[in-house]
Amino acid sequence: MKVSVNWLKDYVDVSVPADELAHRLTMSGNEVEAVDSVGASWDNVLVGHVLTLEPHPDADRLRLATVELGGEQMTVVCGDPNVKVDDKIVFARVGAKLIDGHNGKARELKPAKIRGIASSGMICSEMELGISESHDGIIVLPADAPIGMPLADYMGDTVLDITVTPNRADCLSVLGVARETAALTGKTMSMPTVEYSELGDDINKSVSVQIDDADLCYRYCASLIKDVKIGPSPEWMQRRLIASGMRPISNIVDITNYVMLEYGQPLHAFDYNKLPGGKITVRRAKDEKLTTIDDVERKITSDMLVIADDSKAIALAGVMGGQSSEVSDNTTSILLECANFNRENVRRTSQAFKMRSEASLRFEKGLSPELALYTLRRATQLIVELAGGVAAKGIVDVYPGRADRLPISLTDVKVKQVLGIDIAQDEMVMVLATLGFGCKVKSKSELLVEVPYWRTDVSLPVDLIEEIARITGYDQIPTTLLSSEIPQNELHPMLTFKDRVRDILVGCGMQEIITYSLVGWQDLAKIGAPDPIGLINPLSTDQQYLRTSLRPSVMMKIADNEKHEPGLSIFEIGRTYLKRDQNLPDEREILCGSLAGQRTQRQWQLRPEHVDFYDAKGVLETLFDSLGVRVNFEACDDATLVSGRTAAIIVDKQVVGVVGQLDPHIAEQYDISSDPVYLFEIKMDKLLPLIRSMGEYSRIARFPGSTRDISLLLDIDVPSSKVQDIIEDTKLVSEVALFDVYTGDKLPSGKKTLAYSIVYQAPDRTLTDKEVNKVQDGMLKRLQKTLAAVLRQ
Amino acid sequence: MLDELNKIKDSATLELQGISDLKALDDWRVAYMGRKGKLTQVLRGLSDLPIDQRKAVGSAANDIKTLLEAELKGRQQAVKDAKLAGGLDAIDVTLPGRPVSLGRLHPTTQMVREICDAFSAMGFEVVEGPEVESDYYNFEALNIPKDHPARDMWDTIWINRDQTIPTLLRTHTSPMQVRVMEQRQPPVRVVVPGRCYRYEATDATHESVFFQIEGLAVDKGITFADLKGSLFEFAKRLFGAERKVRFRCDYFPFVEPGVDMSIDCFVCGGKGCRLCSNTGWIEILGAGMVHPNVLKGVGYDPEVYTGFAFGLGVERILMLKHGIDDIRHFYANDLRFLKQF
Ligand SMILES: [Zn+2]
Repeated sequence: MKVSVNWLKDYVDVSVPADELAHRLTMSGNEVEAVDSVGASWDNVLVGHVLTLEPHPDADRLRLATVELGGEQMTVVCGDPNVKVDDKIVFARVGAKLIDGHNGKARELKPAKIRGIASSGMICSEMELGISESHDGIIVLPADAPIGMPLADYMGDTVLDITVTPNRADCLSVLGVARETAALTGKTMSMPTVEYSELGDDINKSVSVQIDDADLCYRYCASLIKDVKIGPSPEWMQRRLIASGMRPISNIVDITNYVMLEYGQPLHAFDYNKLPGGKITVRRAKDEKLTTIDDVERKITSDMLVIADDSKAIALAGVMGGQSSEVSDNTTSILLECANFNRENVRRTSQAFKMRSEASLRFEKGLSPELALYTLRRATQLIVELAGGVAAKGIVDVYPGRADRLPISLTDVKVKQVLGIDIAQDEMVMVLATLGFGCKVKSKSELLVEVPYWRTDVSLPVDLIEEIARITGYDQIPTTLLSSEIPQNELHPMLTFKDRVRDILVGCGMQEIITYSLVGWQDLAKIGAPDPIGLINPLSTDQQYLRTSLRPSVMMKIADNEKHEPGLSIFEIGRTYLKRDQNLPDEREILCGSLAGQRTQRQWQLRPEHVDFYDAKGVLETLFDSLGVRVNFEACDDATLVSGRTAAIIVDKQVVGVVGQLDPHIAEQYDISSDPVYLFEIKMDKLLPLIRSMGEYSRIARFPGSTRDISLLLDIDVPSSKVQDIIEDTKLVSEVALFDVYTGDKLPSGKKTLAYSIVYQAPDRTLTDKEVNKVQDGMLKRLQKTLAAVLRQ
Repeated sequence: MLDELNKIKDSATLELQGISDLKALDDWRVAYMGRKGKLTQVLRGLSDLPIDQRKAVGSAANDIKTLLEAELKGRQQAVKDAKLAGGLDAIDVTLPGRPVSLGRLHPTTQMVREICDAFSAMGFEVVEGPEVESDYYNFEALNIPKDHPARDMWDTIWINRDQTIPTLLRTHTSPMQVRVMEQRQPPVRVVVPGRCYRYEATDATHESVFFQIEGLAVDKGITFADLKGSLFEFAKRLFGAERKVRFRCDYFPFVEPGVDMSIDCFVCGGKGCRLCSNTGWIEILGAGMVHPNVLKGVGYDPEVYTGFAFGLGVERILMLKHGIDDIRHFYANDLRFLKQF
């Protein structure tokens, strides 16, 4: 809402500078986004009076104007043919900063010679003053403009651009802001004086109003003004409308807009002669059509409220008027509507047609029905005064929605309970009274507060408490720390678990990423991810679905980064969203990571090498080791990963995830050129229950272990994990390390050797060679029997 | 016997002089004083001697052992000294070190942790909630009925609008206020980090997806002064003790009184600049006292219990703290950006 300070001054004494007023309004809830000065740059610009106009001796199209500036006369060259003797004009002296029509920049006015005649000044157009783009001729001021007055004093203004919160319908009006201003500066506001003569016939002879659907229309007031002359509205009104961001149209339309801005209540003017019999019905629409004033034919449905004449809809209630009854240049009689409609209904209708008008924005915030009559009378007055109309006697006022509001009890106890401080009762009364609340003292510690009709947002004691706090100033309330007992915290294992996993992976040199959870259909389809949940109003097709897999997100980030990163090691822990019948989706936490391209950078001690499967596996082993979980990997297949280079991640016999090399065909579809790319994915919700808390510690062995190296000859396809399992399950074995894998010429084809270093150890004694030999022989026998492993000497 | 001992002593001493590395010294020790060493064997053979000789030979052998041990120690020290005296080869200490790969948490994760930690220290418990929400939790239970104009404050991405349970992507973390209170009795103190979504075209300052952190404290006797104190404390911890903090009145349907908290602009120090739109202040969060309708809705008696709630945007705070000019960096995940945190 843009509010002209000059306009405010009509109703409240603005005693503080505009910046200070803006600050106080902001602090108390009406945030002022900008303070714009109109005329701040108008030095050396004043009101002038044209005394004489003489032809220019050397140019037919130019004249010499002599201008009176109040005790001083100047003669300047004038090019505008419309300037007349006796006009009040805007005169700029040398030194004035004017806007150059060619480039829009400010330029200082210098003395000039135009066709041989010296000219020390200029008669200005709106554009040169920066108040409009229009260069059509010079400004002619009203005849009563005081000669010689600086223009900034005559028509300068300051405009406050206020962001009004949705609860404060009353502040979408000049009077509402004036009321706030008064309360914040210790002044009293006044209301416009509304007086006019009703010289016409009784309105009831010409107009009848019927409300069929009183659940959607709480009040309908109408006045009738005949013999109006359509024309432009007065210049001061136009200026205020422009300052408020509205375009002047004609006197009637301008008056309805002006009064809406002033009171916050929308009005609508009908051409009375286009309403057969002057009959107005407010009803739900039938299935009908209405051409609105923006020249669009609209299909209106039975849940929308319309204003209708005898036979058809003539306006969408509270949203927009219809073309058939629109005021035109030939209109002579105005039926002026000022009504109160159901806010939700206005909002729905305006949203359905995507027509958020100044009117609908006010209605939907909740206006008081009481406001309608005051507003109507003000607008009727202005039409009589400014459009030469004759008002009919009386006003039609149909008011089925009259409701009394009960006073609110406000106790000292409640105030202290909410704010934490005591506020004296008389102080509360003072603040509330300046805002228009009526206070009755019920007892020393209780007030009964009457809410003024325009404050539709106040209904509870806390609402009053906010009023007191915001006008007194939030800075007046002390700061204390929570003193009540700290509640018992519950454990949230998933949260802690996610953080733990993140920290471990970061420790393994991986970079965490956080990607969009919204993806495109193709992103998921390319890897055959489960069917996703779609959005009905996506921002774009590539953000139309909730992801059911993190893999596309991670792969897309590899593609984005690989141009400038020779090697990538990234992971994300995020949610996937799976459909669930009759319920909100199943949101599952997933870890997805990838290692791609080079393992090492080019460096004097290192040779660039590509990542391989065992890099990814090494990270996972570190992760599980750090989590204290025993993990197994078993070859498996996965549609996204290369067969034979993919393993299921198994904890406690349950598959919790997968790791493997990304299928190059899929990599290509995601525009990844890094090769190779390894991917792992872990279902965090499956893994979490398998993590046990730390058990009892085991003693550090006191007796030295005995280390033996063995080398086993095996068939090439025997998984090393099976060998390792047998060794580890052997009693007295405390550590096993695979230190060599060999396949090659020195072995029979189809064979490999695995070399292990094994530590045998007992908790209670030093083992003898004999004991170790016995245990190892048993182990070798088992290896031979189960895996046909042969000890190589 | 004594002769033999003296021979052992002489040869041992002589041999020792010629040894100049530590491994050989150890071999020497084993050869003479190890389990099967020459001197050890003499000592073992004592029991075979006549009693009158035993004492003399035994004591001589022990003397020799003590002597050899002392000489060994001296020799070891000499060898070590000699090695150090020769010095180690100089290396170019300015060559780059062998790289250790370094990972980092996403800046958003870091900031979520920093903020949650600040509130944990005040007794707040960290909880999470669903991102896909019903209209009820996201709006209605928060005192934002259908067709209420305040809904314009949250442009919503919908999953379905017309079915029995309209569902949407939560526009804020506030639904968890209601879910938490439904599940437990006061006192309640929680913070809720999580992703939120808005139907908002993306540009340098707007993202359709962002992280928010919600806070809620409800109990007997919690006041607006406590809200001020807790949030001022938080702001000082996060932005530094020298920052000024400001509370101004604002409107959110689920709180009353409502608050907008700002800190003084750290670019211009309050004089006014582009970052603070010439106001000298930067908004960092919205807050207020929990609205009685919200408390009633979860079965808490608003006459008995009061509370405060707040919500802040994580990326916004990161942008302010680090002077980041484009919110889109957070989801772009360009490693050249992420590696700076
Ligand atoms: Zn600033």
